[in-house]
Amino acid sequence: MRGHSFAYYPGCSGLGTSMEYDSSTRAVCKALFVELHDVPDWSCCGSSPAHTVDHVLSAALSARNLAKVESTGRETVITPCPSCLTNLRTAGHRMEKPEFRARVNSLLDTPCKGDVQAKSVLQILFEDVGLEMIAASVQKPLKGLKVAPYYGCIMNRPPEIMQFDDHENPMAMDRILAALGAEVVPFPLKVECCGASYGVARKDVVARLSSRLLDTAVSLGADVMATACPLCQMNLDLRQEQASQHSGRAYSMPVLYFTQLMGMALGVAEAELGFDKLCVSPARAFEAMAASTVANKQTERGSRV
Amino acid sequence: MDGVNMSASFDADFVAQVQAASEQNLALCYQCGNCTAGCPYTFAYDIPVNQIMRLVQAGQKHKTLTCKSLWLCATCESCTTRCPNDIDVARIMDVLRHMARCEGHAPERAVKVFWDSFLESVRKHGRVFEAGLLAKYVARTGRVWTDFDLAPRIIPKGKLALKPHPVKGLQEMEKIFKRFEEQGGCL
Ligand code: SF4
Ligand code: SF4
Repeated sequence: MRGHSFAYYPGCSGLGTSMEYDSSTRAVCKALFVELHDVPDWSCCGSSPAHTVDHVLSAALSARNLAKVESTGRETVITPCPSCLTNLRTAGHRMEKPEFRARVNSLLDTPCKGDVQAKSVLQILFEDVGLEMIAASVQKPLKGLKVAPYYGCIMNRPPEIMQFDDHENPMAMDRILAALGAEVVPFPLKVECCGASYGVARKDVVARLSSRLLDTAVSLGADVMATACPLCQMNLDLRQEQASQHSGRAYSMPVLYFTQLMGMALGVAEAELGFDKLCVSPARAFEAMAASTVANKQTERGSRV
Repeated sequence: MDGVNMSASFDADFVAQVQAASEQNLALCYQCGNCTAGCPYTFAYDIPVNQIMRLVQAGQKHKTLTCKSLWLCATCESCTTRCPNDIDVARIMDVLRHMARCEGHAPERAVKVFWDSFLESVRKHGRVFEAGLLAKYVARTGRVWTDFDLAPRIIPKGKLALKPHPVKGLQEMEKIFKRFEEQGGCL
């Protein structure tokens, strides 16, 4: 079986608030024969604060990392975080213009050519590994688990830069989850913003936007939400009670990284999936799933007798 | 929006600057309102995004650069993706906040302090140190951590690292920021 190999950019939150996204990504990639090579001495891409200050500065913070990837001879770097991804891709896109590239390089010790491709972990799992391989690797299907897939605002937008999936109705995560055996509900707010990084300075804004997402997932009867973004996960999980206070409706919606669900279905050891790092425990949803599997088996057996 | 005397306050340089820095042709905006319709932050904005586009066309520099909306835009890219004239509206919002920052306007001070503390953390450690960033934010805004209710939820999870994870190339990082300032950039 031919494996894949990529440079890997974990992103700062992977060292802290989204450590379970990082560890589950690594475990899932390993299980699917995707080799990850951490970008040597990678640094922060600057996230939103950098591009709100200046586009050359923002690109330089990304380009320092792209230059590190170039030095290793790899052509593609992947990252789990959509915010890192946007910055890396936008920097590469703008550096196609020599004048912009020169300004970026004037801030750097090591110049960056800008020809490294950045992709999301979701994209390579969907496009390079593929649904067939994923489905064939399932050991414990997520039968009976109703999942609302939530992509966040910038995984697929703007389409000219992100060049992946559909910008209004992305399907990659839906289809991966379905390949794992989950029941995927058509989540209409897939690409709506959750409040981004305003949790600290304007938690009222985040509470309002996140409660809309939670309300919708609840109304669709979802057992869990699946996310692909550290900020989305934090707003929906850690700040779920703030959202409850805002809307006056009590939520208890587990919000997992899609890689945690993948790991579970692929039989990855639980220690690497970090379910204990989630504020709203998915234990009840998983128990219900196990119970429904047992019930199904019994009916199957019953009908056979 | 309050009334403005358009002809008396039209600033042609401002229009040219926004166009050059954003590489967008603002004249293409015909006020269809798609950007505002999709903008998840309209409820919190003092001026909706389509009206910001109109104000820039009309060269209303002061009114534009002092609005709160610039500090609340999350760069969700909904406006850019849905503009029928392919205007990169989110990029214009970015360019406007660069200009507002350089001119010293920041009506949503807490947001600016948060962003500044974030970048200082990057400059100092090479990677964001979340606990340190929060401490700095609290010290500067004088707000006791407004997320106090979250402490018992997050601390036992061991997710907030108590020490930074500095990069080896700390000097390279410092030089990026220093050169940016030397070239006239506003932090
Ligand atoms: S969507 Fe585009 S054309 Fe329509 S109002 Fe907004 S900027 Fe103008
Ligand atoms: S990028 Fe900013 S202005 Fe545009 S829709 Fe999103 S929040 Fe609104």
